[in-house]
Amino acid sequence: MPRSAILEHTPLAEIARRWNAWQARRRDGARQKKIFYRHSVAVRVTHWANAIVLAVMLMSGLQIFNAHPALYWGAASDFYHPIVWLHAEQQPDGSLKGITQIGTHEFTTTGILGASNMNGARVERGFPSWITLPGPQWLAMGRLWHFFFAWLFVINGAAFAAYALWSGHFRRDLLPTEKDVKHIPQEIADHARLRFAKGEAARHYNALQKIAYFLVIFGLGPLIVLTGLTMSPTMDAAFPILPWIFGGRQSARTIHFLCAFSFLGFFIVHIVMVVLSGTWNNLRSMITGEYAIVPAEGDRA
Amino acid sequence: MPDSNRRNFLVRALAGAGTLSLSGCYNLSQTQWWPKVLDSAENVSRVAQRFFAGRNALAQEFTKADISPLFKANGATDPASPSYKAMAAKGFVDWRIPVYGLVDRPLNLSIADLRRLPSRTQITRHDCVEGWSCIGEWKGAPLRTVLALAKPKTNARYVVFHCADTQADVDGNPDESTDVHYYESLDLVEATHPQTILAYEMNGAPLAIPHGAPLRLRAERQLGYKMAKYVNGIELVESFEHIGGGKGGYWEDQGYTWWAGI
Repeated sequence: MPRSAILEHTPLAEIARRWNAWQARRRDGARQKKIFYRHSVAVRVTHWANAIVLAVMLMSGLQIFNAHPALYWGAASDFYHPIVWLHAEQQPDGSLKGITQIGTHEFTTTGILGASNMNGARVERGFPSWITLPGPQWLAMGRLWHFFFAWLFVINGAAFAAYALWSGHFRRDLLPTEKDVKHIPQEIADHARLRFAKGEAARHYNALQKIAYFLVIFGLGPLIVLTGLTMSPTMDAAFPILPWIFGGRQSARTIHFLCAFSFLGFFIVHIVMVVLSGTWNNLRSMITGEYAIVPAEGDRA
Repeated sequence: MPDSNRRNFLVRALAGAGTLSLSGCYNLSQTQWWPKVLDSAENVSRVAQRFFAGRNALAQEFTKADISPLFKANGATDPASPSYKAMAAKGFVDWRIPVYGLVDRPLNLSIADLRRLPSRTQITRHDCVEGWSCIGEWKGAPLRTVLALAKPKTNARYVVFHCADTQADVDGNPDESTDVHYYESLDLVEATHPQTILAYEMNGAPLAIPHGAPLRLRAERQLGYKMAKYVNGIELVESFEHIGGGKGGYWEDQGYTWWAGI
């Protein structure tokens, strides 16, 4: 191979040799384990981009929330009747007690919500500094992060949706069918027993997966964007229907907050399911695209 | 057990990466260049929002029944300067609002002058950058009427509102500079919007001191920090580069975006 002769002894060549060897091992493994190509490159790229963007959105969003850590219903803030209010109370001994008020109920949440440590000192703040971006109270900077990444979230989401519709990924893999709906009770029972699909059935998302992905991508995603836009006074002037749909700007803010925590809830369940159904296999399928199928009993090898 | 080792390594690597990326984000926030990258989205948002809202899309107007029982007053709520106190004691009869800069006909208006102009009354929602909203009724002179009287020159691009309150008044820290005055700016599209008024009344009564007596700006498609209180000067400029910190407003100089439509 004359073209690589010069490069034969360079570190680059060594890397290339190792890469080729790894590829060969993977091909061999694939023949035995029944590896199939599960996720296209478009899905993988938008998935990881979304993971980063959502993390930034959640954390910068909580930074913004901390500027006024209370939620209301309606067009305006009824300061006397918040739905949720994170605040602190000075104790007789001088310490700060963190309080989470939900409706008229008060819960002590010192250390996490209402009052938490910032550089070793207990201060009044809604969410603790380890989950806000940036850590210290810095609304202007939180907004810069949030509104920059909001564009990335929308662009990435739109790119994924366009790809999914164009490639058939949406119709083939995501759109729940009537059969899926009928399968729900069985799927719930299977999930509860941690019995996951094997063999040919593992090639497709199960009914609960489909419904979860479908609702998160095409329900929660647009909803969090629209409620976000409803908080913009200019957008409300441009589209008065926005505050009308959500019952006012403060309602939209509350829904936006609920959406954010729905994303967080989805993320937690998602991670748990990834771990329970095979961490490495799942992780690899979202990195290289390859997913190994464990043959089901009765499947022909 | 290589598998559990690998797992432990991964867990620790993830935790480490998490901590690193957290402090990394904080460090990035403190660089000169990264906030500028983030801020590039401000122009995109402004252009997109202007595209949809146009010049004249109106902010929603409410009914008297919607008026908030408690309208929060943020920023300065009681300017401490002796000259302001003296004006307040006399009911602001000596308050003057010069309209100057790039205008063909500089003006020097009193509150009585403004009251003689045609007025606009609107019940609107005030959205604070912090996240809360309050609804109030405002009465005042449309800024476009005042600008039409002053005849802006063709190179005038922004309207700057100078205010009587200072940094010490805004953040409540008496050690702060009393030379740094609050100011804000709008471009001509927002300044000549039908709902942009110089308000002298709130909820049917003369503007109270916490809300900016005797005169505050209402720009209903923008966030609260744009709506300067204690307005005592209106200057038309081509650029706000040489005013205050050069970013077009008191909060803008502290890192908030000039475009306050979001």
